[in-house]
Order: sequence, then structure tokens, then C-alpha cells
Amino acid sequence: MNTALNTIAFRLMQAAGVALVVGVMSFLMMQAMPGDMAFRIAAARYGYDLVNADLANAVRAELGLDAGPVTQFLHWMGGLARLDLGQSLVSGQPVWDEITHQLGASLQLALAAIVLSLLIGPPLGICAGLHAGGRFDRALLVVAASFRAVPQFLLGLLLIILLAVQMRLLPAAGHGSLAHFVLPALTLALGLAAASARITRDAMAGVAASPLYAFARAKGLSDGEVLRRHGLRNIGAPVVTYLGLQFVLLVEGVVVVETIFGWPGIGHALIHAVFHRDVPMVQGTALVMGLGFVLLNAIIDLIVRRIDPRGVQS
Amino acid sequence: MTAAHIGWSVLAALILFALMGPLFDPVGPFKQSLMKALSGADAAAPFGYDHLGRSMFSRLAHALRLSLLLAFAATATAAVIGIGLGALASWRGGWLDRGLALVADSVLALPALLMVLMMGVILPSTALAFWAGLAAVQWVEFFRLTRNAARSHLASPAVEAATLQGFGPVWIFRRILWPEIGPMLRTASAFGVGNAIAAIAALGFVSVGMRAPTPELGLMMVELLPSWREAPFALMQPVLACFALLLALNLIAGDRR
Repeated sequence: MNTALNTIAFRLMQAAGVALVVGVMSFLMMQAMPGDMAFRIAAARYGYDLVNADLANAVRAELGLDAGPVTQFLHWMGGLARLDLGQSLVSGQPVWDEITHQLGASLQLALAAIVLSLLIGPPLGICAGLHAGGRFDRALLVVAASFRAVPQFLLGLLLIILLAVQMRLLPAAGHGSLAHFVLPALTLALGLAAASARITRDAMAGVAASPLYAFARAKGLSDGEVLRRHGLRNIGAPVVTYLGLQFVLLVEGVVVVETIFGWPGIGHALIHAVFHRDVPMVQGTALVMGLGFVLLNAIIDLIVRRIDPRGVQS
Repeated sequence: MTAAHIGWSVLAALILFALMGPLFDPVGPFKQSLMKALSGADAAAPFGYDHLGRSMFSRLAHALRLSLLLAFAATATAAVIGIGLGALASWRGGWLDRGLALVADSVLALPALLMVLMMGVILPSTALAFWAGLAAVQWVEFFRLTRNAARSHLASPAVEAATLQGFGPVWIFRRILWPEIGPMLRTASAFGVGNAIAAIAALGFVSVGMRAPTPELGLMMVELLPSWREAPFALMQPVLACFALLLALNLIAGDRR
């Protein structure tokens, strides 16, 4: 139990660190922007048509923008600590509203990609690992290696050209119907599957060569039973741990893939916010992505502890 | 071993092309001649022309130059910072060690693309943003490698003996830590350079990376995508170049574990 608490404490520290890094970067972004910050904030609050020097001065006085950079920085981080992300400089809406609106679409896409990759990757890895060194194993190595050399945007491009433009099977971009899910989810899933197949294969090969596996066979269990009762749980811990590390790849993929396929999610919003120099939105999306990674890994840590309760493994 | 050899030779060929290509190129990457848009190869442009009639040969060579230069610069910077901080953290220990490890873990949660995008808003030039953003993410890998290697070795009798004999931290780093870190460095650097090249191309492809007339692999792909039916070979060139580069680096890196 103590170790579980340690894990959670570590993840909480990590979350605080993520917020700090994102906050510092966002503050620097705000400072680097040209023009008068008081004017921009006033414009975001009251609308561009109503802004005048008096309103800007009022904002300046209220937020202490005349104070030195240290005070401003503390003020900025104070807002972050209260989870007050401010308003989008483009739409004027609170950043939280915009993000909760987009997060749903991203989560759907990410979930579809994870499920799809789990259906493709680990089963192939198990097949290859059970017969390590065999023909299927070697073929899978080559295929997985070449898939890992294809970045996600390139995979998306190839899939669009092949399935959407040439064969006209699926829509190239958009959001709404089930058909729109296929290409972006497949793009994300193939990259993830290549990596997870590799990890599963190594773990499976290790377990299949271990004495416990030989013993289970020697006592007369069938192949399927050995795999189910002794194989799966043993490869579970490394594969699930690896899945947690993959989430950063997934988040990165979501940013690119959403933009390519016009998916109205958080990655799409991030790219647009960067394009329009909408710092509060950039900060909000970056924060949600970083904290999402930490939260998922905290969950993964606890799952791994359930699968393999033999104490800490680093 | 053979896989790594293939990787090295492909990488060497691409670097050679990037370095030597512009020397044999009379046109340059920006000269347009719309009459020749999307036409095939001729003596002046051995790889044909793009949608604005610019030489693909020249643009490809300059794009590879840019990607390789940025990626190597970012990874080299990250390696120096990461190894330096890693050695410092494990040598000093205490709150410095814990603080740096926490920063490293926090950065680990942020995708590289995100860091580059945020740097892009802060820094005035896109190339600078790529360099700083990629280095700001990649140092973590080198930091962790160095810290883990140093941790197990700094407590060893060898280091204790060396310290007793009066050797300083520099000697210990060079003679005891470096032989441990060195071999792992190849894998980490190859992965780093590969990820950097993929990130540069990905952001170019979604139009938040390098700006338009600059020859860059991702940007070339997205520019040539609309005319891929007329000139599939023109689109295939940056795609294949990007794939070959990443495959070579993956082969050099070998297996991480």
C-alpha cells in the first residue's frame, strides 16, 4: 500500500512540474508577443470595437501589468494555480469551455486508436513471440521496423492517397459519421501497433523460453491453457507499462492527425491557437495534454501493480 | 550488425547528396519557371520540376540539408546539456538531483511537437524554435541515461579508489563514466535525430513549421499533394527521402533494450 501511495505522490509532483513548465513557457510566450498586453487583454474582454485607452489602463491597473516581470510572473502563475486559464484571445470564450468542448472529440479518436492498436499489435506480437526466430517472427520484425520509420503524418498521407483518393472508399477528412473515424484512427493505431507488437513479442519470447513455461507444458497443459494461465499475465506488466509511455506518442499523433484529417479536437485547437498566437488557448491545451499524460500513467501504474504485485520494478 | 551497416550507408548517401547536390546545381531552389511546372527531368533539373517550376533536385538537396542540420544541432545540444546535468545531478546528489529529475519527468510528459510549437511563439525564427524546442525535450533522454549509469558506478569501489588516489571529477567522468555512457549514446542520438527529423517534417506538413518558400520535406509534400495525379513522382521524392532517412536512423539505433 505504501508503494502505491509513493506512486501517487510521484505522479502528483510530476503534474505540478508539468503545470510549472507549461506556465513558464506560456508566460514567456505572452512576454514575447508584440504590442501592448493590456490592450490585448482588454480587447479580449470587452470586444475589439469597445476598447479604448481608458479600458486598457483600467486593465493595466487591475492586473498590475506595470509591475516588474517578477510580479507579473507570480500573477500569471497564481491564475494557473487557481485553474483560471483566462479567455481565448480569438473567440473571447473562457478557455475551459473551449477545451471541454474539444476534448470529447479527441478522446473518442484516441480511444478508437488505442482499441484498434490493441487488436492489431499484441496478438501479432504473441504469435511471433511464441515461435521466436520463426518465419512469421522475422517477417513481423521487418514490417514493424518499417512502420516505425514512417512518421504518423506520412502514414496519414499515404492512407488518404490510397484509400480515400484512389479507391474512394472513405472520406479523406471530416467529422460526424462512423466512416470519418476509420482513417484517422487507423493512422494512429498502425504506428502504436507496430511498437506494441515489438514489445509484446520480446516479452512473450522471454516468457516462452522461461522454466515456468516449460514446467507448465511438462505437467500436461495444452498450448492454449499455458498461454492463458501463465503467458498472458506475465507479459501483461511490461506491455501495459509500455502502453503508458506510448501515450506521449499518441498525444503527439493526435495533434498531427487531427490537423490533417480536420478532426475538431484539442490537437486541432492547439495548432489553430499557435497559428493565431492565442496564448491562453495554447497554455490550456498544453496543460490538458501534459496532465492527461500524467493521469493516464498514474492509472497505468496502479494497473501494473494489480497485474504484478511482486513489488516495485523500475 | 548488417542492419546497422545498411543504415550507416543510406545515411551517408543522403548526407553526401545534401552536401554535394547544391554544388552541381545551376538553378537553385527558388528559381521559378512556370512553363516547366510539374514537367519531367531535364539536364538542369535531374529530378524534374515542382508545381511552380522549381528544380526538385535542388529543393530536395536543400531540404535534406536543413533537416539534417537542425536535427543534428538539436540532438548534439541536447546530448551536451543532458550528459552534463546528469553527471552533475548524480555527483552532487541531494536536492539538486531530485529537482533535476523532477524537471526531467515533467518535460517527459510534454510531447516534442508541443514544445517546438510553444518555442515557436516565443522565439523570433522558426529554425531557432525547432532547435531550442527539440533540444528542450531531448536532453531528458541523455540526462536519464547518464544519471542511471552514474548512479551505479559512483558508488563502486573503482570510483572510491580513484577519489582516494586524488583523481578529480573530470578524470572519473572520462575514465569511468564515459565508457559506460558512450555505447548507449549511439542509440539515443540516432533516435533523437530521427525524432527531430520527423517532427520538423510533421510540423511543415501541417503548415506550422518552416515558412513557404523554404525547401523543407514536409512542406514540399503538402505543396505537391494537390498535383500528385499529374506528377506522382514529384510527391514521391520528399516522401521517399523522409522515409529513407528515418529508416536509416532506426537501423543505426538498433533496439533500445
